Amino acid sequence: MRYPKRVLHFLGLPVLLIALWWVLTLGATNFFVPKPLELLQTFWAVWAGERFLTDFVPSVLRLLVGLGLTILLGVVFGVLIGSVRWLRSLTEPMLEFFRAIPPPVLVPLLMLLVGINDQMKIIVIISGAIWPVLLNTIEGVRAVDPVLSDTFRTYSITGFVRLRHLVLPGASPQIMTGVRQSTSIALILMVISEMFGSSSGLGFTIVLFQRAFAIPEMWSGIVVLGLLGLALSVISKSIENRLLKWYSGLKEVQHAS
Amino acid sequence: MPVNVLNDGERIPDNSASEPPMLSVKGLRKVYPVPGGEIEAVRDLTFDIAPGQLVCVVGPSGAGKTTLLKCIAGLLAPTSGSIELRGTKVVGPPHSMAVVFQEYGRSLLPWMSVRANIELPLKNQRIPRAERTKLVDDALAAVELSHVPDSYPWQLSGGMQQRVAIARAVAYRPEVLLMDEPFAAVDAQTRADLEDLVRHIWQKLGVTIIFITHDIDESVYLGERVLVLSNSPTVVQEDLTIDLPVDRDQLTTRSSARFNELRGHVYEQIQLAKSRTLSGPIPATKKGHKS
Repeated sequence: MRYPKRVLHFLGLPVLLIALWWVLTLGATNFFVPKPLELLQTFWAVWAGERFLTDFVPSVLRLLVGLGLTILLGVVFGVLIGSVRWLRSLTEPMLEFFRAIPPPVLVPLLMLLVGINDQMKIIVIISGAIWPVLLNTIEGVRAVDPVLSDTFRTYSITGFVRLRHLVLPGASPQIMTGVRQSTSIALILMVISEMFGSSSGLGFTIVLFQRAFAIPEMWSGIVVLGLLGLALSVISKSIENRLLKWYSGLKEVQHAS
Repeated sequence: MPVNVLNDGERIPDNSASEPPMLSVKGLRKVYPVPGGEIEAVRDLTFDIAPGQLVCVVGPSGAGKTTLLKCIAGLLAPTSGSIELRGTKVVGPPHSMAVVFQEYGRSLLPWMSVRANIELPLKNQRIPRAERTKLVDDALAAVELSHVPDSYPWQLSGGMQQRVAIARAVAYRPEVLLMDEPFAAVDAQTRADLEDLVRHIWQKLGVTIIFITHDIDESVYLGERVLVLSNSPTVVQEDLTIDLPVDRDQLTTRSSARFNELRGHVYEQIQLAKSRTLSGPIPATKKGHKS
């Protein structure tokens, strides 16, 4: 598709919805529903100033560190568990148990154990967001083609070279699926962990505004979260496009035949 | 290894009296455990292959051909008996062996270019870059794929993909090249071209080739020697020397009287192999579905 057409598709619906919103709130007086122009002014006033450094940046840092560790730990343990059969049968019931625990309930517990600090928030993010990456990596590693595996054995390719050139690339489509799911869970958990004990961050700020009945300000915080999620998705999509170029090509060929 | 050790008893046909064999299969038996019993895929195989020979192994489907290949390649451990490569017992995939599998689409890495696929085993052996490049270029030239080194395997046709797999094996410079029904999944015209390619590479490199196929014509056209395997449980039904001229081509060789005699003979043997199993003694182990 040509570039201008793609931009048009990307922006088309948002522009339409904002126009609709503007028309519908022209004569509205509801205190809880903001108007587009009003919200834009508030957005700029709140987030372009001091709050950018005191709340936005700490939140994003927590999210990125948490997500980075999530992916690292998920892939490392996923490769281990996926490659070693006895480890898999040993851990499978445990994984199902921990996966079933809703991560927000860990927040009060971790506040007691770790304290009210950044480490607690990062641990909350990891403990809730790791499951999609971990489980998808395990499945991806298990599903490595047996013919490719035999081929590597006949050429005596083992150890790190096998991991680097067979296991990780072979599992990469599955790993990326897990990363995408984990990213959205990490964003949610970042906000939740900041809503409980915290003195900075997006979650903290939104709750603060709500309690102070600063309704347009509260809405502007929600918009920031939406935009952050959008940015993360664009970034992960572009990484995926680069990393999995071979995969989409392969799928296209297989569908054509 | 002294020659007299190899000629122990009458079981081994004396094909290469002067040279110790490249590969020696002795009393090979392979049994797969399955729920409720066992399947005997290979009963008792014994044969030698001389260095530089091109041997075709042919047999009805389910005759344990792939089991035999996997045992030779060191991918499967025999239940009993042994396989020796230059007098050394095979316990794992030997370094001097390369295998070309039937499933070309699944034996090449889809995330690597053609060149990188061929180069990977050489990199793994820590062969210096300059030598590596030359080996890959030569191998690509040998399979006539010099024009697509940067393509991905899935961008090529099936026949071309199998040629990449062959180029990878050639660049590896093995002493023994195992091929497991490599052309079963390509169309007839491509297949004829690939058969000639195998003969060409064999003549040029002097590598020992074991070519497994279910196609009788293919085995006679390609081989210097054809081993006919019986139906499951497998034994060597016939060990046939193919006395066709060294220079073969699809048209004249395949229409020659001698070719037809030989293929008729192999066909008869395979029919015999089938009927023998049906009316023959029931094996001691439980008979299950064929592998």
